Amino acid sequence: MTLFIEQCLNGLQFGLLLFLLAAGLTLVFGIMDLVNLAHGSLYMIGAYFAATFAAWTGSFVLGAVLALVATLLVGMVVEVVAMRRLYGRDHIDHVLATFGLILFFDESVRLIWGPAGLSLPLPPWLSQPVQILPGVFYSGYRLAIIVVTLLVAGFLYVLVMRTRIGMLIRAGASNREMVGALGVNIKLLYTLVFGLGAALAGFAGLMQAPILTVQIGMGENIVILAFVITVIGGVGSIRGALVAAIFVGFIDTLGRAFFPDLLRMILSKEAAATAAPALSSMLIYLLMAIVLVVKPEGLFSAGQK
Amino acid sequence: MRKALLAASTALLLAAGPAAAQQKTIKIGFVSTFSGPTAVIGNDMRNSFELALDHMGRKMGGIPVEVIYEDDGQKPDVGKQKTEKLIESDKVDFIAGYIWSNVLLASLKPIVDSKTFLVISNAGPSQVAGEMCSPTVFSTSWNNDQTPQAMGTYMNQKGVKSVFLIGPNYAAGKDMLAGVASTFKGKVIGQELTTWPSQLDFSAELAKAKASGAEAVFVFYPGAAGVQFLNQYAAAGLKGTIPLYTAFTIDELSLPLQKENAIGVPGAQEWVNDLPNEQNKKFVADYRKKYTGLRPTYYGAQSYDAAQLINSAVVLTKGKLDDKVAVQKAMEKADFKSVRGGFKFGPNHVPIQNFYLQDVVKDADGQLSLKTVATIVKDNQDIHFSKCSMK
Repeated sequence: MTLFIEQCLNGLQFGLLLFLLAAGLTLVFGIMDLVNLAHGSLYMIGAYFAATFAAWTGSFVLGAVLALVATLLVGMVVEVVAMRRLYGRDHIDHVLATFGLILFFDESVRLIWGPAGLSLPLPPWLSQPVQILPGVFYSGYRLAIIVVTLLVAGFLYVLVMRTRIGMLIRAGASNREMVGALGVNIKLLYTLVFGLGAALAGFAGLMQAPILTVQIGMGENIVILAFVITVIGGVGSIRGALVAAIFVGFIDTLGRAFFPDLLRMILSKEAAATAAPALSSMLIYLLMAIVLVVKPEGLFSAGQK
Repeated sequence: MRKALLAASTALLLAAGPAAAQQKTIKIGFVSTFSGPTAVIGNDMRNSFELALDHMGRKMGGIPVEVIYEDDGQKPDVGKQKTEKLIESDKVDFIAGYIWSNVLLASLKPIVDSKTFLVISNAGPSQVAGEMCSPTVFSTSWNNDQTPQAMGTYMNQKGVKSVFLIGPNYAAGKDMLAGVASTFKGKVIGQELTTWPSQLDFSAELAKAKASGAEAVFVFYPGAAGVQFLNQYAAAGLKGTIPLYTAFTIDELSLPLQKENAIGVPGAQEWVNDLPNEQNKKFVADYRKKYTGLRPTYYGAQSYDAAQLINSAVVLTKGKLDDKVAVQKAMEKADFKSVRGGFKFGPNHVPIQNFYLQDVVKDADGQLSLKTVATIVKDNQDIHFSKCSMK
């Protein structure tokens, strides 16, 4: 039972982390109609900034805050310099250009920080295991990720549903032309939204950095999951991204944890041991396929186009 | 003007022509990973191979050496393409390198078919030591299961009664876990194979290991994954409660990132930087001098030996590389001073060698480094050689 609770927490933590990444992606995709493959690079940049600033300032929290601001700025610069030229073009152009950005970011990081990768050490108060139930210990940092990402999700909810900027963002997701026709400075809105998306990605990267190492290409695998979440949740929907991300986090973690045992009941031990990791990593894509068949526009579609 | 240029280039061609025919070079192809997160391993292998060439004056038996480095990107299909390119278009005399067992297995056929000499300087899939062995294929590393077997023996010595095994789901990962299980006398309570190389969050596996009640955990994660595993092991509160035993998880590349999390975690290895022989002292000292801030790893040591093995064969055959049988016989002699001390091949061209217990300590400079603690097994031979018929 304690194993199950622990695995559920692992799933929740992973899901919420994916939400941070997917929220930015779905905003950019939904509002700006831009396929941004380089979203994973911003995740990587956030982690590199955090590791560097934390080493400079000697404080994990200060380093994280500085990294967040820096990633926001990088995102806005990328929007002004590169992305602006891509609006209204074909999706294939987006894919090509943002793939180029991935190569650009990977090589820049190699030039600036070298190929070996960095580590972001945790302060002692975060690296202690915490007793969540009598006799059940859980990584304090993973617990902190759950709390902080829930706060960010709440902040995003308020921002998108309760503020004027949020209203414009939602309007942009539903009907871009009309928002522009009504005299809203759509250029500025786009820069802000892209910067916000970048900051969210960077935040996910810096939260993940102490668990994993900070290395080149760290965002490339995880951004695939973010795209899956965007598809499942519905393009442009923050609520959809949250629900889908938690779904995906749970399926991935619980699949890895319990699927091999289930498989062992049917197959031989060796076959199960080999097939289980492959099959459990397929479960997410299976979910996506089912959603695409039943509800092609995603679970929570932001608007009709 | 055009005529003058034409005349000049013709003259150049004529001048270069006979020289090229006289002066043969030894061409070596080196396949490793030079891009992506594990590029640091490939760089260490290249650095060590280059250092070996420097020590030889960049000549083997008086003949200049040319090395072509190819990047496999840690992908079996890319590795195979690069290998075919080296054989067919560069027409190399020797191929060396290969970090990853799955990349090597994909690249093996074109090498064996073309009878190109191969010196594997890391990967050690059990198939190559057994039924897929070949007269032209040599290894300066080990077979995958030898190192974990030594770790299993050490765990017996420590009186460990039960263990939980974790490793990546690819050729080497399966060999490693099978290796430790074959010598460990206690009970293997559970085993987890994770998606390789994409999975880097081991929370689900660690929770299972904890819940299994095993007395110890054995793990194999090379490269950056080893850093992540040790960090997560500590963050999950397992370090200090369940002892961890490793193979190929802590080395000079990962240690600067693992830091304190690696202290007190034993590993088995066939080469450690402090092995007391002259060749090794020279290798380690010159490496640290040439590549400031870097330290050689076992990947590098094996690559250094690979260059020495090739050199020994060229010297013994006086550069006559067309006589394949003579080259094979010369390589089998392994007539060189290995950084491991002695060096001899088994009948399947896999070294018979010692395996040491290594531990993490603070060295004289106050930096974390690896140190030999004990010899776990002496003159260890892999268990697959009897399946090798060497045709």
